[in-house]
Amino acid sequence: MVLGLPKLKGETLSSISKNLPPEFINLEINPFIIIRTDGSITLINPRPDMGQGSMQAAPSLLAEELEVSLYKVTIIQSDGQSKYGSQQSGGSSTVRGLWYPLRKAGAAAKEMLIQVAAIKWATSTDNCFAKDARIYLKNSDKSFSYGELAEEAAKLPVPKNPKLKDPADFTILGKYNKRLDIPSKVTGKAEFGIDIEVPGLVYACIQHSPTIHASIVSVDDSKTLLVKGVQKVIRCKRTMPHKQSDAVAVIASNWWAAQKGRSLLTVKWDDGQLPTTQTTDAYFQRTYDAAKKEGVRYEEKGDFLAKFATSNAKLEAVYETPFLAHAPIEPECAVVHYKEDGTAEIWAHVQGPDGGLADAARFLGIEQDKIKFHVPLLGGSFGRKAYHDYLSEACYLAKELKKPVKVLWTREDDITQGPYRPGMLSRVQGMVSNGKISGFHHHAIGESIVGQVFNGLKPDEADPWLSGELSTENNQYQFPVSKVSWTHVKTEIPIVWWRSVYASNFGWGQECFIDELAHLAGKDPLEARLSILKDERFRKVLETLAEKSNWKEKLPSGKGKGLAIFASFGSISACCITVSTSGKGIIIEKAVSVIDCGHYVNPDNVVAQTHGNIVMGISAAIKDGITFSNGKCDQTNYHEYQILRMNEIPEMEVHIIQSGAEPGGVGEPGLPPVAPALGNAIFAATGIRLRKLPIDITSIS
Amino acid sequence: MATYQLQINGKKMTAEVEADMPLLWVIRDVLGFKGTKYGCGIAQCGACTIHIDGIPVRSCQIPIAELSRKAKITTIEGIGEIALHAIQEAWVEEQVPQCGYCQSGQIMSAVALLKNNPQPTDEEIKTAMNGNLCRCGTYDRIQKGIKNAAMALQSGTSPVRNDK
Repeated sequence: MVLGLPKLKGETLSSISKNLPPEFINLEINPFIIIRTDGSITLINPRPDMGQGSMQAAPSLLAEELEVSLYKVTIIQSDGQSKYGSQQSGGSSTVRGLWYPLRKAGAAAKEMLIQVAAIKWATSTDNCFAKDARIYLKNSDKSFSYGELAEEAAKLPVPKNPKLKDPADFTILGKYNKRLDIPSKVTGKAEFGIDIEVPGLVYACIQHSPTIHASIVSVDDSKTLLVKGVQKVIRCKRTMPHKQSDAVAVIASNWWAAQKGRSLLTVKWDDGQLPTTQTTDAYFQRTYDAAKKEGVRYEEKGDFLAKFATSNAKLEAVYETPFLAHAPIEPECAVVHYKEDGTAEIWAHVQGPDGGLADAARFLGIEQDKIKFHVPLLGGSFGRKAYHDYLSEACYLAKELKKPVKVLWTREDDITQGPYRPGMLSRVQGMVSNGKISGFHHHAIGESIVGQVFNGLKPDEADPWLSGELSTENNQYQFPVSKVSWTHVKTEIPIVWWRSVYASNFGWGQECFIDELAHLAGKDPLEARLSILKDERFRKVLETLAEKSNWKEKLPSGKGKGLAIFASFGSISACCITVSTSGKGIIIEKAVSVIDCGHYVNPDNVVAQTHGNIVMGISAAIKDGITFSNGKCDQTNYHEYQILRMNEIPEMEVHIIQSGAEPGGVGEPGLPPVAPALGNAIFAATGIRLRKLPIDITSIS
Repeated sequence: MATYQLQINGKKMTAEVEADMPLLWVIRDVLGFKGTKYGCGIAQCGACTIHIDGIPVRSCQIPIAELSRKAKITTIEGIGEIALHAIQEAWVEEQVPQCGYCQSGQIMSAVALLKNNPQPTDEEIKTAMNGNLCRCGTYDRIQKGIKNAAMALQSGTSPVRNDK
């Protein structure tokens, strides 16, 4: 029997207070823990859940130290206020970022409750202990519920350095626990951004420029206005971080009418040069040109170029990854009500209410404290919903219409308008000597998120986000000489972080080329890596992978195994894929993943996230990417931008290393090694070395 | 604009809408059943899957005027109203959902599969479920959930194992 199911539909902090009879008092022990005098406990989850399990993971950190059961509390999503600190889900940072802050919050609250009990019993705090939302007096039958102590406890100063539990004593963290959000997700009751309805709501379907940045020349809405339910057609703006572009909104009393009305709009756009300049061919041409030159240096150990020039056992190659769409099954949506009194209320499935609040305040031109921000569940995101263009549109229209308005993007909007994971090039050079890889140069080429999204990249500066991932500090490969360099190639195509960000692009170049060098050195790819890795955690991940994937197994001809290892977001993950050839091309038979993410909250969720990363990683490797021709996106929906279906997944296994290290990320690290493991497996099975994604596995024989 | 009579989750309801409004939007926006989801509008993703007379269909493809008045519509809200369906219990036991957005459609397809074919093979599961996309990648647990539920239904036991 599950008690105290989290309120996932519409409950907010203010509504908790409003619904209470006056004799109950909500006591905020700290921003994340609210204990009522009747003993009921509310925990605040400061990280929106997009499927990665933060709704349970973050409160688990509180509950462990506070000594309460997750199944007996109410969990509320935070609303963006600064007292909750950083509330951005992303960068696989929830558990590792909050591991100490939330545990301390829970432990501090517990110590305050114990202090009150000790005073009441006229004893020392050493004679008291906490268990299951009660404080007990040792060697007696006396106890108090937290509710009985909360009022006094809330008056005490908060301990600055509360004692944290020893991991050996954990009852929640690191243990299998059923996720709290799942019951409502099997009954259709879970409420997502798209499901929000408020009284008086009008609906907007927005016609964006097919070339994304064109300006409007004229709008013919004569047919649109005849559609029953359509109320008006107004021009609006889509605000992206780097550009604002023109759009036309059809406003209606129901979304179907708005969408129908949009299909009858005739908009003339001035595309300028975009049909010529905004193409993926033109962009990649520029990246291949840049691959012929030296880039900006990020890191250099020894004189790589000099050694490379004189080496007689060397290789160079260019690896390519395409633009990709996130394509979460729930498209982008926001509800904004800009009220007559100059305040606003917003419901938007952003990845962080603090970022959403800050952007909404800017879009609406009001102070943050005038905005109430609600974050419903996200029906997938993978980075997309942290880009607030859809929110900007809803804010714009809310101000114009002075009515609550829901902006909902169609799937076509989602696929054709971006933003996207950028396509990137790895220009790699390497050498071998005495049977070992003796030098590696990774020259990363393409658009920069820091540059385009934040306008924060200087011309002679190597992009800091991706360079760090390619550094020897990150991959721990002991190359005698090495270099990481970068060339910024810009595009007008909007880009943003996608699951595992640049690691998803550069794992491909790094780990496939390590294999190429291994073969040049005449070494098994596992041995070649182990011979230049000293770090114990990296070695353990590889050795575990070798064991679990039966790496040394002799395979029949036409069958091959490939492996890859990549460190990202504080964790290390490796993957081994087994493929076989058939009359219809390559079959991906099995994927074995190993992850060292240090301390984790829920092992079952680590497995689930890694499964998801395998599926998404294979999708990214073998399905067509996003292409732009004549300034427009060529793909429009799931029939043209395909993602993996159930009959395409391999058998999967995930193994978690029990390293007990500081927590690392879980949501993304499993993805980067997947594509290179596949590329290396195909080489092992067929002798064909592929360097460009996507791979058409049906055409390989 | 016309008034349409529907039988949905065992109740009679009416909707006054345009003839071309897809059943998906009637269900969600007019009748207020939000469990059925929009994902693509072109029957590629399966998020809008409901049952008509027990048969799984993509509600985004059915204009309301084409719906037979005798049609018995079941949405996710009509599954497991009194006690959770074995599929729903198995979904919880196997911890299938991640974001959960596609899962109403997945469950509708799975319930119909087991009604039609109580002991499906792996291939039959894939064929029946292949129209339902999951971007979070929960496919392997969906398969496990279906097998768990199938076994539970056949043996009259619960999908809940309580072995963790």
